[in-house]
Amino acid sequence: MTHDGLLRAYRRLRLLREFEERTRVEFQTGQIAGFTHLYAGMEAIAVGVCEHLTDEDRIISTHRGHGHCLAKGCDPAAMMLELWGSTDGLCRGKGGTMHIADFSRGMLGANAVVGAGAPIAVGAALASAMTGGTWVAVSFVGDGGTNIGSVYEAMNLAVVLKLPKIFVIEDNGWGEMTPIADVAGNRDLAARAAAMGMPAVSVDGVDFFAVHAAAGEAIARARRGGGPSTIVASAPRFYGHHEGDPQLYRSREEVAELRRREDCLPRFIGRVTAEGILSADEIAAVDADIARIMDDAVAKAKAGPRPVPADVHEHVYARYR
Amino acid sequence: MTIKSMRDALNEALHHEFERDPRVFLIGEDVGGFEKDGQPVEIGGVFGVSKGLYRKYGRKRVIDAPISEAAIIGAASGAALCGMRPIAEIMFADLTAVCFDQIVNQIAKFRYMFGGQCACPVVIRMTTGGGRNAGAQHSQTFYPIFTSFPGLKVVVPSNAYDAKGLLITAIRDEDPVIFFEPKVLYTEKCEVPDEAYAIPFGEAAMPREGEDVTLVAFGQSVNWAVQAADELRATRGIRCDVIDPRTPSPLDEETILESVAATGRLVVIDESPPRCGLTADVAALVADKGFRDLKAPIKTVTAPHTPVPQARELERAYLPNPRRIIAAVEEVLA
Ligand SMILES: Cc1ncc(C[n+]2csc(CCOP(=O)(O)OP(=O)(O)O)c2C)c(N)n1
Ligand SMILES: [Mg+2]
Repeated sequence: MTHDGLLRAYRRLRLLREFEERTRVEFQTGQIAGFTHLYAGMEAIAVGVCEHLTDEDRIISTHRGHGHCLAKGCDPAAMMLELWGSTDGLCRGKGGTMHIADFSRGMLGANAVVGAGAPIAVGAALASAMTGGTWVAVSFVGDGGTNIGSVYEAMNLAVVLKLPKIFVIEDNGWGEMTPIADVAGNRDLAARAAAMGMPAVSVDGVDFFAVHAAAGEAIARARRGGGPSTIVASAPRFYGHHEGDPQLYRSREEVAELRRREDCLPRFIGRVTAEGILSADEIAAVDADIARIMDDAVAKAKAGPRPVPADVHEHVYARYR
Repeated sequence: MTIKSMRDALNEALHHEFERDPRVFLIGEDVGGFEKDGQPVEIGGVFGVSKGLYRKYGRKRVIDAPISEAAIIGAASGAALCGMRPIAEIMFADLTAVCFDQIVNQIAKFRYMFGGQCACPVVIRMTTGGGRNAGAQHSQTFYPIFTSFPGLKVVVPSNAYDAKGLLITAIRDEDPVIFFEPKVLYTEKCEVPDEAYAIPFGEAAMPREGEDVTLVAFGQSVNWAVQAADELRATRGIRCDVIDPRTPSPLDEETILESVAATGRLVVIDESPPRCGLTADVAALVADKGFRDLKAPIKTVTAPHTPVPQARELERAYLPNPRRIIAAVEEVLA
């Protein structure tokens, strides 16, 4: 990767992290309503994949969707406004944390139904194939989501129709409070996908470069008409399943240890500075800039215009009758 | 203008729209065909509604999908979000139970949940209703359930003419449409123009007019209501308005309320079970907005609160019929 490419990737990684850290702080003040799932710890997956994508490429995300939105280019202030329920939010306050979408960025929505995005993203890939497009569609699904049957329906259909579709499985080891090992008959999630008849690889999702390389290969294959692939990327979840989760199922030490050993940001910084590609000054400048961007996003969210009751009726139909 | 079956009328609608708009495609089980020894073998749908499309447009626009209803609906909706005009076929309405999420939590919600950013102009066609002794899992109506979901439009035609015009409207509509095809009516015929025409949603048809009693019926029940109305008129001189809303959502409330304002008497008929259905819905509408026009209590004629039975005698006992409608009319006139 080039210097500029890496600087851009670092900006994204830091933005994703800071967005979640700020969301967490603001959530605790009671400003943000709804079930809020933070992506902290898993940033290298979204960024590693989305750095290959343009606005024309489509993605569909999950309940833990802030990271995917930001990685796909959604404006952090417009997202924060959405978390606040403002009419200036990306979905005018109709969506909230679990339903952020920005069609102008090819972000077809975070989706609160586990696994549901996979079949829909197959449809996006189908539209690309039918219209002779070169764009691809990516769905993100959690490890827990791989136990949803329609994910395999989607995989099979994508294989049968040879669609430009990438299934990214985010393996954080947990589905809410249940360890995936207890509920997956085959813990090798890539093998499950491969059984549907497509290339499937497992990568270290803490390592931006590993994700980036695997995604690059899968996306290039899809673009040249080589059909779908699956990437299983494992990375920890630093916070609870949702904000307010007391995490009685794992110890503080365990989480602290994950933060020490499995944090994609120091991992990235260590490598690019050791290789002399980015300097400590450049990193610090990005950090300061992102902090400003997040301050601005939160300030805008707090001052954002509020919906009025009549807005309830808007946007149900293009035209009813 | 020629006499055509509902199957042929629907087939014509598909051909017109495939021709008119290259973004239109069909995805479903057994809807297209396959190649054998280099020759196309057409399937054309288990009820023959999509015949000729595969030969003319090929696999690219007539997609035979695996038996994966969630993937079929997801593929249709995702393509619709990206500018296509998909038609998805689910073989039997009952089977939407295995892709319910994709319809009611996804398609029905996109526009609203995303703040009006997108359209999801998908049409989901399916067969509906009893009368073929298909048993409990292949005979349900399901249009009442879908009517209860904001964000969906729901269509159930009662004749070939309406079927064609309503399907064309559905395909051209910007919103998701759930299109029910009463399977016993596929072979029923009437005059159907050869050219394309669109019938607007939310405008009821009135196959019979009369000042004594209002009959509101849906889908194949419309035909029983018409038979009952004709018999009442011939034998007793009782005249009925027969209203076929055609689209349970949006519902033409005005036509129903105006008719009840004139007749003061209402019988609502549907082959679905009685609870939380369209008969209860129309009765509630009139109780709420037309109560002072009523001269008698509202009567409903429905299936009983049981699954659909299979044996001929049992299914006959289960479904409404003209005799039961006549009895209900007699009650509201008593
Ligand atoms: C179909 C469905 N079942 C259950 C839920 C409730 N739920 C929300 S998130 C979640 C766990 C998902 O785990 P995973 O897919 O691994 O994603 P993660 O939260 O770990 O990112 C569950 C069970 C849901 N939203 N959708
Ligand atoms: Mg998980």
